[in-house]
Order: sequence, then C-alpha cells, then structure tokens
Amino acid sequence: MTTGVRDSSAVRRVPSEEPLTALTSEGSQELLRRRDTPPAQLGRESGAVLRLPEGPVLDPGAIDVERPEDETMIINMGPQHPSTHGVLRLMLELDGEFVLRTKPVIGYLHTGMEKTAEELTYVQGATNVTRMDYLSPITNELCFSMAVESLLGVEVPERAVWIRMLMSELNRMSSHLMWMATNGLDIGSTTMMIYGLREREMILAFYEKTAGLRMNLNYVRPGGVAADLPDGWQDDVEVICDTIDARTYEYDDLLTGQPIFHERMEGVGGLTAEEALALGVTGPLLRSTGVPWDLRRSMPYLRYDEVAFDVIVGTYGDNFDRYAIRLNEIRESVRIVRQVVRRMPPGDYRAQDAKVTPPPRGRIDASMEALIHHFKLFTEGFRVPVGETYTAVESPRGELGMYLVSDGSAKPFRLHVRGPSFVNLQAVPLLMRGGLVSDTVTVISTVDPVMGEVDR
Amino acid sequence: MDARARVHRAARDAHVTIEASPTTIGLGGETVRFVGRDAYRSTVAALREEGYELCVDVCGVDYLGHPGRDLPEGVTAERFEVVVNLLSLSQKARTRIRVQVPEHDCRVDSLFELYPGAEAMEREAYDLLGIEFVGHPDLSRILMPEDWEGHPLRKDYGVGRVPVQFKEAPGPR
Repeated sequence: MTTGVRDSSAVRRVPSEEPLTALTSEGSQELLRRRDTPPAQLGRESGAVLRLPEGPVLDPGAIDVERPEDETMIINMGPQHPSTHGVLRLMLELDGEFVLRTKPVIGYLHTGMEKTAEELTYVQGATNVTRMDYLSPITNELCFSMAVESLLGVEVPERAVWIRMLMSELNRMSSHLMWMATNGLDIGSTTMMIYGLREREMILAFYEKTAGLRMNLNYVRPGGVAADLPDGWQDDVEVICDTIDARTYEYDDLLTGQPIFHERMEGVGGLTAEEALALGVTGPLLRSTGVPWDLRRSMPYLRYDEVAFDVIVGTYGDNFDRYAIRLNEIRESVRIVRQVVRRMPPGDYRAQDAKVTPPPRGRIDASMEALIHHFKLFTEGFRVPVGETYTAVESPRGELGMYLVSDGSAKPFRLHVRGPSFVNLQAVPLLMRGGLVSDTVTVISTVDPVMGEVDR
Repeated sequence: MDARARVHRAARDAHVTIEASPTTIGLGGETVRFVGRDAYRSTVAALREEGYELCVDVCGVDYLGHPGRDLPEGVTAERFEVVVNLLSLSQKARTRIRVQVPEHDCRVDSLFELYPGAEAMEREAYDLLGIEFVGHPDLSRILMPEDWEGHPLRKDYGVGRVPVQFKEAPGPR
C-alpha cells in the first residue's frame, strides 16, 4: 500500500451535504452544483479556455455562481446512450433547451491497458495496443512498433514500410467511413449508416485476406509486418480505391448539399484555432480551425514525404468543416493508396534479424538455430536497450503518441499512450457552450471519440 | 526542505534561464530537458513563449526498481518522474521535459494555467500514479472509480489484490 499523497491537504472532499460512500474519495467526478464547484472548474465546465492571448475568453468570475436551482437542471447523458459512441457519459446543466455546462465523465471502459502492457513482452505488446483505438488498430500497432524499433535501432525493410503505409491509409479510410456511418445515424440518416458500413466492409475483407482478422489485427509488429500481402492484392486494392472514391461523390449527393444536414451541421460547435491549440486538440478537429497540421506532412514518418497528398483544412471550425475534412481525407487516402500500389518495392516484409523477428516456418524444421530463436522469441521475447522514446503518428483522430520506457528487459517498463480522443474530448464543454441539447449529439459525433482509446 | 530554503531556492531559480538545465537529445531528435521542480513551471512558460503552442502529453513514470536509468550529470534520480512533451507547430520541433518528483513529497506545479489542455492528462497522472498537481482546478480521479484505493500504475501496487472493487460490493477491507 502506498502512502505518498495520503496527507490531508492532498485529499479533496466534496461538501458535506453530499455524503460519500467511502472515505478514500478524492472528490466527485460528477457535475456538482454551482456553489460547490471551484471557480476554475466552473469556468472549464462552462466552456472557458483560460489564458488565451486573444479571442473570446469566458471569464470564470463572470459566471453566475448563485444561479437559482429551479431555473436549471442537471441531467445525465450516457454512459448507455446510443449516440455517445460507446460508454461516454456527459453531465449537462440545462436552462430549458440550452446547455449551460458540460462535463464528460469517463473511465467506464478503463481496462488498465497501460498496466497490462508492463506485463506483456514486446512480442505480445502489439496485441494489447491494437485494442485501444478499435476503429484504427493499425495506427496503434504502427506507433507501438515504431517506438520499439527506435529503441532497438532496427532498420525496417523498404517493402515493410510501404506495406505499413498501405495498411494505415486503408485504416484511415475505414475509420472515417465508420465515422460517416455513425454520424449519419446520429443525425437520422440511416442510409448513410448502411452505406458507410458497406464500404468499410470491403476494407475489413481485405484485412481478413491479408492478416487473417478483420479488427485487432496484430499485423504490424516490431521489425516489420506479420505477413506479406496476398497474391493479387493490387487488384483488391484497386477495386477498393475505385469503389470508395466513386462512392464519396454519392455521399456528396446524399449529405453535403442537403438542407437538413446543413441545418444540423453548419455553425454548430464552433472552435477557433487558439482554443484548439490551448486545449491540445489535434487531428481533424484542429485542422477544421484552419491550422494545417498533419504529422504525415509536418513531421513525416514512414515514406509520407515521398507521396503526394493534400492536407485538408477547414475555415470555421464547426461541425460541417469537420465533416468535410473527414470526407475529403478519405479521397486523399485513396490518392495515397494508389501511389503506394504503384511504388510498392519488392523485398522482405520484415527485418531479417533473428533476435527480433521469428524465422520462417520452413527453416524451423531444418535449422537448430532457427528453432532456438523461435522458441526464445515466443517464450522470453527480445530484450530492448535501456532508454525512453516518444513516438507519434497521425491517427484518424489526431496525434497518437506512445512514451515507452525500457529498463533493458523483455517487457516495457512503462508504456504511456497519448490517445488523441482522450485529449480531444476536453473540447466538448467548449463546443457545447450555449448550444441546444439536440446539438450535443452532433458535437459528440464530430469530435469522434473512441472510448477504447479514451479510457484505455 | 524547510520553508526558508524553499523561498531561497525559488528566488534563485527565478533567474534561471531555460538553457541552464541539463539537456540531451532524444531518439526522435527532440530536445530533452531535465528541470528541477522549482524551475518546472517557469521553464514550460518560457518554452511556451518560444513558440511551443501545444502541450501534447503529460505523463508520470514510476521508476521504482529501475536501477540503470540514464540521467545526465547534476540530476538526482527520484522515484517518480513527470514527463511533458511539448510541440511547436511553427518550428516543427518537439521538446520533452523531465521532472524528478520524490516519493515523500509527490507534487509538482500544474500546467493548467499555461496549457488548459493539460487538465485531463494531469488528472490521469494523478489518478494512476498519485502525483499531485498543485494549482489544478479539479484534481479528482478520471479513469478509476472515485472511491478506488491506491494508484494502479505504481510499481508497488498489488495487482489482483482485490478482485472487484466497487462502491456497493463488500470488500475485504
């Protein structure tokens, strides 16, 4: 049992009128009544971003602390709510139909993956991280593998790098298609949901053909990828590209010009660039405010500096911009995938380093060394030199970073995951400030949190 | 450290420029700065002025049982470490700040006033590692239930000690 912070000053208590069930509580995670909430927190829940150099700043001192309680109502949305994309729980303070304060309460899907990672070897680690952001498993594996490789100093073969690019762009397409589908469902367009899932299915089928699994692939591993692309993969990918590219224009017809869709999306949930940067927001949410920040372009990894693509930015930072960015990013990913198909180099799909990657199955029967290496790898794993590294990739939701600490053993000493949706979720109170209850659904949807990654 | 020494140290560190801290280069080419707890907030504030617009990540590491840690000269290893990753969009550069936090006084300044986006990440570090962030507006648990005992990512946390720990369940406590 640890004691470090158990002194009385460290323990914050909620006011006495709300009795606690346990004395160990550090304070309520829920939305409290106004007079029980510290001013800074009250400002935060009301959507204030403090200390901005310019732009609209809500002064927490100006917030009505003593608002009569019969005027407002605190309601609970989630964790079991169809439009919260998992188990997100929002507590809303309402004045009639208008949202005054919002507080996301998370942790309902917390499974201790960072702790689990400390118990798994680096070989097993990719199976763990792939379950975090379950809509973009490849990105998680890629980030983990790149972190391990940077500590190991292993050079990945050229073909493996391009396979990784192919798979992560397909993943971006499938993730954004899934977003289009759920967003369509949230605003009542059931057709869009069916369309989005239908197109995503093609990519999942290709995954199954390549890696054997549709989700949680464990395909990208330290040292390369798990298997080479199947025969005739070019044709499969061409079909995927052609179909999805053509169908994005169907989505245009279905949604982009539709008046009801515009009413729900345009001008709702506005965000400025200053606010986004102050809140640490990345990904389509940041780009919607007009900041052209995409790690693929700004700090290229893999071979993104060798392919041509556009970074899509918005202007107003509202829901519609975020929709348009995701739709156009599908088209840009199609562009990248087509270039990857053209330029896919021949060669090995994983590093031929017997200490890191397993030997081919055929060699195990013939070579004693191969058998030993295989046995050692899958029982003990490989040892990684002492050190720390922070690796970041552009996931469909923003910057996915992993801070990996190694103590020289075969298991990570600490693996911290910077989940983009975990950080992006902080923008929700701001986006909802003064909005209508019905807009909360579209706001949550366009922030696009994946709870597996938020809670880890 | 008594109050007088603390004041003395704070006065001395007020003049510390950010170049004074031991610095290494990380594996990704980023600058890694090792700052003391007193200079932590001022260093981050100075870096923010220098153009590090985004506080990408705040996390804690419990180094209990990690003997061979590589630290530059002049940095005393403590049990905990708070690691902050800053990103400059204009310079396309990253900086990592590592702060040593002793076990017996497990607290550092909060970055909430500088980067409001550090709020959830600091809550996470507090929840999972028990590092207190002074000046944080709402330092409560974020991922674990609010009545959870202990901080799970600490190395001396007993994994599997209590099978299920919920409010209503009669625990072995």
